[in-house]
Amino acid sequence: MKDGGRRPLRNAVALVAGVFACWQIAYWIVGDVALRSPWQTLRFTVELTQTHLFWLHLANTLQAFAAALAIAVALGLAIGFGLGMHRLSADAMEPMLVALYSIPKITLYPILLLAFGLGMSAKVAFGAIHGIIPVALFTLNAVRGIKPILLKTGRVLKLDASAMVRSILFPAAVPEIFTGLRVGFSLTLIGTVLGEMFAAQHGLGYLLMNAIGLYNVDVIMSVTFLLVVFAATVNGALLAIDRRLHFRA
Amino acid sequence: MSRVRLYQVAVIGGFVLLLEALCVGGVIDKVTMPPPHRIVVDFVKLLTSKAMYPEIGKSMGNVLVAFVLAYVLGIVAGTALHGYRTLRDTLDPLFATYYAIPVFAFYPLFIVIFGLGDGPQVLIGVLLGVVAVIVTTLNGLDRVPSVLRKTALIARLTPLQTALQVTLPFCAPYLLTAAKLALAYAFIGVIGSEFIMARSGMGYEIGFAYTNFDNATMYPLILLILLLSVVMNGVLSHWEKVLLARRGQQ
Repeated sequence: MKDGGRRPLRNAVALVAGVFACWQIAYWIVGDVALRSPWQTLRFTVELTQTHLFWLHLANTLQAFAAALAIAVALGLAIGFGLGMHRLSADAMEPMLVALYSIPKITLYPILLLAFGLGMSAKVAFGAIHGIIPVALFTLNAVRGIKPILLKTGRVLKLDASAMVRSILFPAAVPEIFTGLRVGFSLTLIGTVLGEMFAAQHGLGYLLMNAIGLYNVDVIMSVTFLLVVFAATVNGALLAIDRRLHFRA
Repeated sequence: MSRVRLYQVAVIGGFVLLLEALCVGGVIDKVTMPPPHRIVVDFVKLLTSKAMYPEIGKSMGNVLVAFVLAYVLGIVAGTALHGYRTLRDTLDPLFATYYAIPVFAFYPLFIVIFGLGDGPQVLIGVLLGVVAVIVTTLNGLDRVPSVLRKTALIARLTPLQTALQVTLPFCAPYLLTAAKLALAYAFIGVIGSEFIMARSGMGYEIGFAYTNFDNATMYPLILLILLLSVVMNGVLSHWEKVLLARRGQQ
């Protein structure tokens, strides 16, 4: 960790510069028909953020995302702890969760729409089902992988189930669980935006889909740009915490 | 082992029975979801009628192309990248944040650039999968014991020969994991894109059936996609387990 403080920064700067360079080159090749240059996109993004409508869509997306994330984290942790503490359940359910993780959840969207109707609740449900499984999987594996000696200590101290979770399982499993939360965060965001793209009347995903319909390249580029910047920034921060937790453990 | 199997069968069976009971009991109404036995009947009808075969063939073809492209490109890029420490360090944050980026957001751009056809769908599948393959390949190559590399040096193998005959075979379990990921992402990418905007394919048909309240087509198709992805994933997982067992790692 000697030059650890500066190296990641240098890498990040080089990477961002590289991405912008590739983008500019792509723009020179493809042209105005389908792309905007980084500079044009930045300018239009600033313009977009000054409209009232944009903030309405953004607020709507954030609201759906927050609700979906809360559900995904709560249910994911509950499933992960519940199964992880029971050996047979963990062994039986882990491969099934992995299989669920790999199915294209987008095909389930029509079912959710039929069940919840068009609107906020379908979006939230769609975001949540993307996030629940990674959180549950990482938690399950974290709880299952806890050193037996810690559990024995807990038993010797005659801790009840809730005290066991609070003072032994959770602290020991935190680094892994946090990784699950980070992955869950990203997937929930993707799920929410996808839900909006497919069927919604509000939100950034809707804005994007609407722009495709109207062939408005400015809006497509700006919304995509904002989504990527938001996802990358939050994930970068979470990743830094994640690394610190794993380093400490 | 058998207890685990029993548990799994009980969970799936219980879930299906619960759905059946809820549907028959009227808690879930018919417009939302037909009872599971009805879906199975429709499923058999769908497969025997052959009307959907072109759509299924088209989607699966695109999934296959996306999978192969992502897999081959990922392994080649991963192997090449493994030798360049600085470049790898620079790209590391990109790999770490890559899956936080909603790749589907680029689908509209690809449609505008390449037109509404197979190209953008395959491209989304490749973009989703390739980074997972690169990262897994790098992971595997990191674990190659240096004695193997030295042996390759002594045998005067070229870098290409070293990769093909020594390091990549050593990484076989990792490459299988990468295949699982690439396949899952190819499915998600292609079906998802068809869903958002397309003119044909299984994803498109599901969307079409949904807008027409045609549950007799929609549910069997969804079931088919789920079955296909679970079965393919299961086959690769099994293979992976066999390989690990042979190497005495599990």
